[in-house]
This record gives sequence, structure tokens and C-alpha cells, in this order.
Amino acid sequence: MSNLLKVALIGNPNTGKTSLFNTLTGLNQKVGNYPGITVDKKTGTCKLSETISASLIDLPGTYSLNASSEDENIAVKVLSDTTNENYPDIIVVVAEVENLKRNLLLFTQVKDLGLPTILVINMQDIMLAKGITIDVAALEQELHTKIVLLSSKKNSGVTALKDAILEYKSVSLKPCELCNTSVLDSSTLNEKQQQHKKTVQRYQFIKRILDKHYSVKITRSEGFRAKLDTVITHKIFGYLIFFIILFSIFQALFSWSEYPMDLIDNAFALFSDWTKTNLPDGAFTRLISEGIIPGIGGIVIFIPQIAFLFLFLSILEESGYMSRVVFLMDKIMRKFGLSGKSVVPLISGTACAIPAIMAARNIENWKERLITILVTPFTTCSARLPVYAIIISLVIPKGSLFLGLSNHALVLMALYILGFAAAILSAYILNKIVKVDTKSYFVIEMPNYKLPLFKNVAYNVLDKTKAFVFGAGKIILAVSILLWVLASYGPGEQFANAENQISTENVHLDDDLLNAKIAAYKLEHSYIGIFGKFIEPTIKPLGYDWKIGIALITSFAAREVFVGTLATIYSVGSDDESTLKEKMKREVHSATLKPVFDFPTGISLLLFYAFAMQCMSTVAIVKRETNGWKWPLIQMFGMTIFAYLIAMLAYQILK
Amino acid sequence: MTISDLIIGDKAIITNFIVDEIPLKLIEMGCIEGNHVELIQNAPLKDPLYLNVNGTFLAIRRETASQISVEKI
Repeated sequence: MSNLLKVALIGNPNTGKTSLFNTLTGLNQKVGNYPGITVDKKTGTCKLSETISASLIDLPGTYSLNASSEDENIAVKVLSDTTNENYPDIIVVVAEVENLKRNLLLFTQVKDLGLPTILVINMQDIMLAKGITIDVAALEQELHTKIVLLSSKKNSGVTALKDAILEYKSVSLKPCELCNTSVLDSSTLNEKQQQHKKTVQRYQFIKRILDKHYSVKITRSEGFRAKLDTVITHKIFGYLIFFIILFSIFQALFSWSEYPMDLIDNAFALFSDWTKTNLPDGAFTRLISEGIIPGIGGIVIFIPQIAFLFLFLSILEESGYMSRVVFLMDKIMRKFGLSGKSVVPLISGTACAIPAIMAARNIENWKERLITILVTPFTTCSARLPVYAIIISLVIPKGSLFLGLSNHALVLMALYILGFAAAILSAYILNKIVKVDTKSYFVIEMPNYKLPLFKNVAYNVLDKTKAFVFGAGKIILAVSILLWVLASYGPGEQFANAENQISTENVHLDDDLLNAKIAAYKLEHSYIGIFGKFIEPTIKPLGYDWKIGIALITSFAAREVFVGTLATIYSVGSDDESTLKEKMKREVHSATLKPVFDFPTGISLLLFYAFAMQCMSTVAIVKRETNGWKWPLIQMFGMTIFAYLIAMLAYQILK
Repeated sequence: MTISDLIIGDKAIITNFIVDEIPLKLIEMGCIEGNHVELIQNAPLKDPLYLNVNGTFLAIRRETASQISVEKI
């Protein structure tokens, strides 16, 4: 299409690049993946004029095109490979006025690629306040480019940028004229030394032109930043503030999401019942009401918690606070073979291990990164929450034994602490065992503090929640349907003759009880029942019956499937619409008539889920991030065996 | 002297370092010979170091800081 221009946005982190992308594209954006790797690929469209539109790609924030990290690699691939589907017609470099020097380094590299390049200088409305003046026309001449000044607060400059993009053909393609001071033969230098030399040259060039055309009249002292930093990175208050923030987040997470979660739970129970009474009876209706609806309900119920968690995380990132935490924690984390930057994966891990493991990419040191990847799945991710929530409410008595906090909240908190402790301790052990020789590189930018922009946070929350729900959702839906089929059909005589056999054996029973007995008998002799019975001996020492066994297996797809599976198993064939929790409460061992979900079994299940690597997607991501099957397999077996032993120990002691 | 010998508030000029011993990212952020550096703060336990290098605020570990020679101004 001739009237669709391809535009690539590139810039340093924290320059307002993503803000600009959001402004330009609004809701016409989507997040996908680059083929073969998992860095988010954000694309969107934007109307430039009546007839011409632009398709925008938001490249990951990067300091240079030297391709020393995967994010930079992507930028290089997209911008220099003419056969790449995202190869742009125009590049827009977003720079921030306060640190123009560093931002221009990337600009000069991009300019050298020989594509029409537009420079956007984001003023963030501080230019006047800080007494910065730029001779835009002169700078345009020196850099052979078109410059657009942007103010995100006043929303000005966007039209000018659109016009500049439309007139891209008038932008010079000449590269910047670096002064070639040293014409010494550089063939004796290694790649890094050459990159260093080139960087020095670029900075000399930038300094030369900025000295002429850019001035800062009064360097207003960094008063606010400095004052805030002395408190936030203080050796006592710093940690105190960090723990108070963490604690408040978890507290808010549970109290705020409790109400919508209950609402969703009840709504799905009602909806399932409604389909049963209003759709024509048959296998298809039962598939919908007993397989698909409870399955989807099991995913939807997460949305409040995940959304809140991503909300808090993106506020911490956007405000600049997260970098201070990294700074504060680095030395301590290093004692355990981790990096200060492992804090971000470990905290993100409380939402989902997948983005968390990807966040470990920022860790320069391979050993620290590997250990972070290996221990992150121990942190309590949101997929464990529904499992914890339902078991805790079943086996932990209500009330308050400590400081006015409810017992349920206390146990949940203990499980979170247990997850972190397992992560830290295994990191300590891995640090002693794993022998990898790497340099201890660590660089982190300490950005200015700023008030998070509502729009950026909102888009981020929306993207992440959507990705999680649809990503996990597909698996869960598929598993629910498969389960329903396996639980509704069985081989041989026993399954087919269930009704006759039970009715003749129990002539004196009333209809309700009879139906329940038939349903239970059918389930026991269905395909899934047979399979569950087959593995029952191995999980009996942990206190589980074959129904829990089925849920254990299916939940390897994703932990939350555990709840969905039990929902499916317990609603198969039974006609009442009571919620899952009540059904589980009524569940008894057929031989002893004792409740299945008693205290020892409950604790054993909680511990199993705290430690076991019950997540296919995590295994896949670890394989990708470590380039092979070695580490994900070690991780999976290590965690699962450990979980099995701990759960068994707990059950045997408590029973 | 090196960056790790500075005390809070000290300003200095970067004079020398072995390119292979420090991360490329640090060079790209402006850590090159002739540029200014200021020690803003030490983390608890004196590590990492919070610096202003050529106008960029960043943190590096003491180990890396001790590889970068500076001259106090």
C-alpha cells in the first residue's frame, strides 16, 4: 500500500518514547512477539492526514545500536535488514532534552543507517524551568535532520511530528560528520575496543555541536531528587520504606480484589445453571455448562488480582522507585548469588513467572541471571492464588490469632514468605554449585523521579492482563474441554451400565441421593477416573485421592487449572449450582466418610503448590532464555521432587 | 586514584580505564576519558556507587568503579 508509511520509534529508556507511541496510536495498538524471541513487539497505526496513515513500531528502549543485549539486537535487526517485515520508511528518534548528550549518541548511530531520520526532543515542559535553550535550526543543519520539539504535558508537537513524517522525503540522508581524529589502523583492536573508540568519536562530535547550539543558563540544583534520594536510599529508612510499600501492595491486592472475585465466582455459577435450564438438554449443553463455563470462570476470576498487581508494578517502575530498590538491594542480593536487578524478577514473579524471567534479561552477569531465572518460579505467582485461596478457606479455621489479622491472611502471607525464602535459599545453594566464569558487570540508570502518567500505566496494565488472560486462557480452555470429555465417557460395561447397577443396588434411596451416587460411580469408571486411580498409589503418601491426582496432573499445564479441574470433576453429572468450595467441603472418602480436604491434606497441598514447578509455560520460557533443555529440566525435576518430599513429610507428621 | 576512592560529593575527571574491564553500556552512557564524574551516594554497605557521569545518573559496583582512574577537581 502506497499510502501506509512504516515508522519506527526508537530512543533511550525513560525518554517518553512509549508515551508518544500511546499518544499517536491511542487504542489502535497491539502487543505481539518478534519471531523466535519473547521481547514484546508493540505496533499500532496512526492517521497522518486524510489519505495517509502510518504503521508504527515501538522498538525497545536502548542506549545504543551496539547490540550487546537482546533488546538492542531487535532494534538493529529491524532497522538494518531491508527484508525484515518491519523495516521502516522513516525512523523517529525520541530524545529527552535534559540529557541530550547521551540521547544523541543513539541518534548518530541511527543516522548512519542511511534512512530518513527525524529527531524528536521531548521537553517534558522543563526546558524553560531549567533555563535550557536550543538553537533548533542550527542543530538541524549540523545533524542533517528535521527536529520536532514535543511537550507531552501541553500535548503540542504531535501535529508537527505528523507533518514531518509526511515530508520525510525532504530529510537529508547524509550521516553525521564525525571528526576522524585518529586515523590509526584499528585492525589491532578487538570489537569492544573499536566500539569504545567509535563511541568516543561520537561523543566528541556531539560535544562540539552542543557546545555551540545548546546551553543551560542556570543549573537548578537537583534539590528534590537529592532530598528524596537521601531518604529512599537511606540505610535504615530505605529498607523500611521498601518493606512498607511491599506490605501495602499485598494487603491492597487481597482486600481490593476479594469483592470482584466473589462476584465473578457467583456469576459463573449462576450462568452455568442458567444454560442448563434454558438450553435443550444434551451432550453439547453439558459440555458448555459443565466444561467450558467453569473453565472460563477459572481464568476470569484472576483478572482483578493480576490487574492490581501490574498496576502497582508499573507505578513503581514509572516513578523511578524501582531503580532505587535495585541500588539498595544489590549488595545483599549478591551474597546469595543474585543481583540487585533480581529484585524486579522476584517481585514481578508474584504476578507471573513468565514476564519475570524475561525481566531477568537486564542482568548483565550470566551467572546471576541464570540463578535468578532458576529461582524465580518459587515466588508465589498469581496462578497459585486460586489454589491457595480455596484450600485455605477449606482447611484453616476462621478467626484471628495474631494482631487482629485474619488467620486466612496470615497463612497466605506465610506462603508468600515461604516462596521468597525458597527462592533465596536455593539461590544461595546454586551459587555454591554452579560454576560459571563471568565478570561482575552491573550498570543501572537512576532516572529522575516522576509522577507516573495515568495513560502509560493504564495501557501497561491492559496489555499485560490481556496477554496473561489470553495466553493462559487458551490452555485452560483446551484442558477444560478435554477433561470434560474424559470425565463424561468411559470404557466398558461398568460405565455404560452405571444407572442400572446403582438403581438395582439401592432401590430404597430417594432420587437425589441416587443421582449423586450414579454420578460418582460414573466418574470413577470414566477414562479420567481410571487414570487417576492408576496414579493414586504415588500420591497417597501425600494425602491425596485420585480426584486430586487428576487435578495435579492437569494443573501442570498451569497451576490454576487445579481449581478448574476440580470444578469440572465435581460438577460433572450433578445438578446443583452450589459453588465449588461448598462441593469440596462436602467431599468425603468413600471408605471412611471422612472429609477429603481435611487439615493435613490441605497443608500438604499448599506446600506442594508452593514448591512444585507446575507450569508448562515457565518451562518453555526457561528453555528459551537459557538456550537449551538442561536448565529447565534440572529446575523442573529439582522443584517437583522437593515439593513431593516436603508435602509428604508435612502430611505424615500432621495426620 | 579511582572512582572507588571518591567520597560523597567529590567531583573528578575520568582519566583512564582498560576498555575490556568495564561494561560497554557504561561507556555508552558517557563514561569516557575526559568526562566528569561525581559521587552522589553510596548504597548501604558502601556498594554499589551512585554516580553522575557526564550528566547521566547511574549506579555501578565498587568492583567496576575501582577499574576507572580519575583525577579529583
